[in-house]
Amino acid sequence: MGPYAVRRVLQFIPVLIGTLFLLHYMTVLSFQINGNPVRALFGDRQPPPETIAALTRAFGLDDPCLEQTGNPCIGMFVERMTGYFGGDFGVDFNQQPVVDLIKRAAPVTLRLTLLAIVFESVVGILAGVLAGLRKDRFADNFVRVVTVLAISVPIFVLGVLTQIVFGLYVGNWVRDRGAPDWVQAIFSVSYQSDFPWASLVIPAMVLGATTLGVVARMTRTGLIESLRSDYVRTGKAKGLKSRRIVGIHALRNCLIPVITLIGIDIGTLMAGAIVTEGIFNIPGIGGLVYRAAVTGETAIIMAVVPLLVLVYLVASLLVDLLYAVLDPRIRYG
Amino acid sequence: MGSTSPATEDPGAVPTGTPARGPSASGSIWKDAGRQLIRNPVFIVCSLIVLVVVSWALFPTLWTDKGKLECDININRTPPSWFPGTPPPGYDTDLDGYPLGTTTLGCDMYSQLIWGARPSIVVAVVVTALTALIGTTLGLWAGYYGGRVDTVISRVTDIFLGLPFLLGALLFLALLKSQSIWAVILVLVVLGWTQMARIVRGTALSLRDQDFVEAARAMGATNHRIILRHILPNALAPIIVLCTIYIGSFIAAEATLTFLGVGLKPPEVSWGITIAQGQAFAVAGFPHLLVFPCTVLVVTVLSFILMGDALRDALDPKGR
Amino acid sequence: MSDSDILSAGPVPEPADSKAIASLHFDPTAPLLDVQELRVDFHTHEGVAHAVNGVSFTLEAGRTLGILGESGCGKSVTAQAIMGILDSPPARVVGGRVLLSGVDLLTLNEDDRRQVRANRIGMVFQDALSALNPVFKVGWQLGELFRKRLGYSRTQARHEAVRLLDLVGIPAAAQRVDDYPHQFSGGMRQRVMIAMALALDPDVIIADEPTTALDVTVQAQIMKLLADLQAERNMGLILITHDIGVVADVADDICVMYAGREVEKADVYSIYDKPAHPYTQALLESIPRVDMKGKQLASIQGLPPNLTQMPPGCAFHPRCRFARQRCRDDTPPLYTVSPGRLSACHFFQEVLDT
Repeated sequence: MGPYAVRRVLQFIPVLIGTLFLLHYMTVLSFQINGNPVRALFGDRQPPPETIAALTRAFGLDDPCLEQTGNPCIGMFVERMTGYFGGDFGVDFNQQPVVDLIKRAAPVTLRLTLLAIVFESVVGILAGVLAGLRKDRFADNFVRVVTVLAISVPIFVLGVLTQIVFGLYVGNWVRDRGAPDWVQAIFSVSYQSDFPWASLVIPAMVLGATTLGVVARMTRTGLIESLRSDYVRTGKAKGLKSRRIVGIHALRNCLIPVITLIGIDIGTLMAGAIVTEGIFNIPGIGGLVYRAAVTGETAIIMAVVPLLVLVYLVASLLVDLLYAVLDPRIRYG
Repeated sequence: MGSTSPATEDPGAVPTGTPARGPSASGSIWKDAGRQLIRNPVFIVCSLIVLVVVSWALFPTLWTDKGKLECDININRTPPSWFPGTPPPGYDTDLDGYPLGTTTLGCDMYSQLIWGARPSIVVAVVVTALTALIGTTLGLWAGYYGGRVDTVISRVTDIFLGLPFLLGALLFLALLKSQSIWAVILVLVVLGWTQMARIVRGTALSLRDQDFVEAARAMGATNHRIILRHILPNALAPIIVLCTIYIGSFIAAEATLTFLGVGLKPPEVSWGITIAQGQAFAVAGFPHLLVFPCTVLVVTVLSFILMGDALRDALDPKGR
Repeated sequence: MSDSDILSAGPVPEPADSKAIASLHFDPTAPLLDVQELRVDFHTHEGVAHAVNGVSFTLEAGRTLGILGESGCGKSVTAQAIMGILDSPPARVVGGRVLLSGVDLLTLNEDDRRQVRANRIGMVFQDALSALNPVFKVGWQLGELFRKRLGYSRTQARHEAVRLLDLVGIPAAAQRVDDYPHQFSGGMRQRVMIAMALALDPDVIIADEPTTALDVTVQAQIMKLLADLQAERNMGLILITHDIGVVADVADDICVMYAGREVEKADVYSIYDKPAHPYTQALLESIPRVDMKGKQLASIQGLPPNLTQMPPGCAFHPRCRFARQRCRDDTPPLYTVSPGRLSACHFFQEVLDT
């Protein structure tokens, strides 16, 4: 386990630096091709050049390399990275430290993601087990059709349709009948800060739907395969009850890749959060990134996106290590 | 491919070609697969849907005589008369010649959906073709040559895979500050080739040491020839399956980016734009603004993905 | 409960399962295992395959029965049908009786049937690597039998696991209980399998190709272990194999199967001395022998028949050197060659005389 972990961490570092550099280079190129985003802040007005120069300096965009198209601005990259490690993520165009923005938005997204993971794992695994045990029967076909839909329907389509059906129709019905506030919050079209959990339930279901489909299908395939395996036959020969054979012996094996998948799909969730948070008006990290991307606020993008990428990469690393714990066969591999 | 792609679902499920057989055997694999597909109703229905949508993209005027921008703001957001639910007061539902009502801007919903197919299909097909080309080439090199070539290609792939697909696309498009169809294509290709490269690399790696490749090498075939004549034909099955699924995924990706406001923009007509414009009003009592474009988008994406699934089942000898 | 308590633990907790089993009236005077006219069908896409076609044999305590045949002849299906662990569908037991000390197992309900497994009949599988669950420690897998079947505590179960591993000759058993199956060598893994089959002290052990996946030297060790344990505990042992050399050493009686039927049944000496069925004869001739070095090794021409389309008459006739018209028309019954010796060949006398 030890050497394996060390090797994985060593492989992880260049990938992390590479991905961060890729992001850095994109922002630099954007500056070099599209010009100074500070100028765009003023729209059609023509501010005095000194104002622009001062703001540009404040945002750390005064490096001369930004005038040379194609220059990767290594110096700037190193500076930024040193800043990150010191906890300095720069300021946004309103002079607010980006760290504060993240601190405010992160808990919301964290709750959303957590709910989505719980939803996709619990419902996904249950549906997969049901389908696997009833192979080729009605339950199986039903789960297969629903999961294909969940996987294929783009998340924003699912989001807007869910918003209409649950937020509007069901929501109106619930409100008309004077249901308790928290029930009304569940079926509302947008986030309500008074109900930080309840009003995130439906967005989380939308967010987790894609992965849920994949989880259910993987569980199903894995279970069917496990049930055919020799160790299940051994379990029968041991005179164990079939509930134990399925629940302990077969499931333990087929859930290993499923758990890995749930971990790896944190990346999908974070990207999906941009869409979901946009549709349901949730003031989380996703919304932050989305607004920054549209307004071209380099500082926010360069702070938040690497952070998300970092979370994603660390999650993949942890999942890899978790895999080694769950599957003893690769522990020493 | 991030949240929009089912291709990430389970890379192991993509058939790894026919590694155990030589190139001569692959002919029968295709024939068998063809026979199986003709008998598969899901595949037939999906191909018919795909044919219809492609014909919308190629010859929109065959399907509608209304122009792309022929809109009348006075009759905007009108639901069709047969649509369930009561429209908000002041909206006449007795419009002749508007089978699906009108859009947010007062265009005919039906013809907007026909016209909207072209950008989606163009983006998806061009991106898939380029991704396949780049991914296959790099994957074959990495898998076949191994060593330093493989290390470099694999590390670059890792770096790109470190970026969740949708996140990267959103960011790059925002930074590019260009909302043309070509910008969308460029960004999707830049971020999309990695998965293909990885799967092709795996196939090439497993084929490299097969006996028929060794035999070709022993007979003095050049590396170039071995890759083209022996490795590629055997890697073709997973590539084709992946491409079919990719087309569906990229249609979804284009629509998603457009919906987020970084993809295509008016006066271009596309499904993503129609949905984005309809979203605000749908909640205000005009659900048809979303229901129709969403249905068309979902059915199209689903058709490509199910076609890919059927192809995968047919081409996977283990599945029989 | 502390460790020392367990070691000195007097009465073992009343096993939950053995009580339920007590409701079955096993008759100690009846034959230990008596299989009568067992039939198993497989329902496949190509039609119904008659995998086992009326197999009968009797096994007494302390005896070893070797079931011999090529792959696909129905020997493993017979074993799994006795155990009651066939996958159904596609398999279905369509006829016959399996009497264990006078109780017909085929008529039991699923729960009673389950209680019989491991408790009365233990099974050793061919490939221990896949037959053991890869993600659990072997000690846990052994202990599971005691915990779930006899209601032992974790510590007691672990203690039993160590005892069993020690019994089957695994060195440093106390440490190795915490290893995973893949960390054992092939031979040691098979010993674990044997320990598992023995755990609840069954009356019958069915070993399905127990040594096929092993090196020749290890094969001999495993066979010796099985034979020793059997003699020590006076169990009945059914040894299923395609390797005529393996059964020769340990079996008392031999039952040769071909295409789902028994073709010859006899004690081991008579069969090796003079086979009474052409198939047995061909099997014996296909063993490499030192005194025949340099000569062409005999092999059986052709392939076993497709079980969905059995040839009419004797199933072996297309490959038989004695075959003539009668073999194509009439299915041979089991002729009594001599007391206790049966052969399903119209011309067994001719075979004996060659």
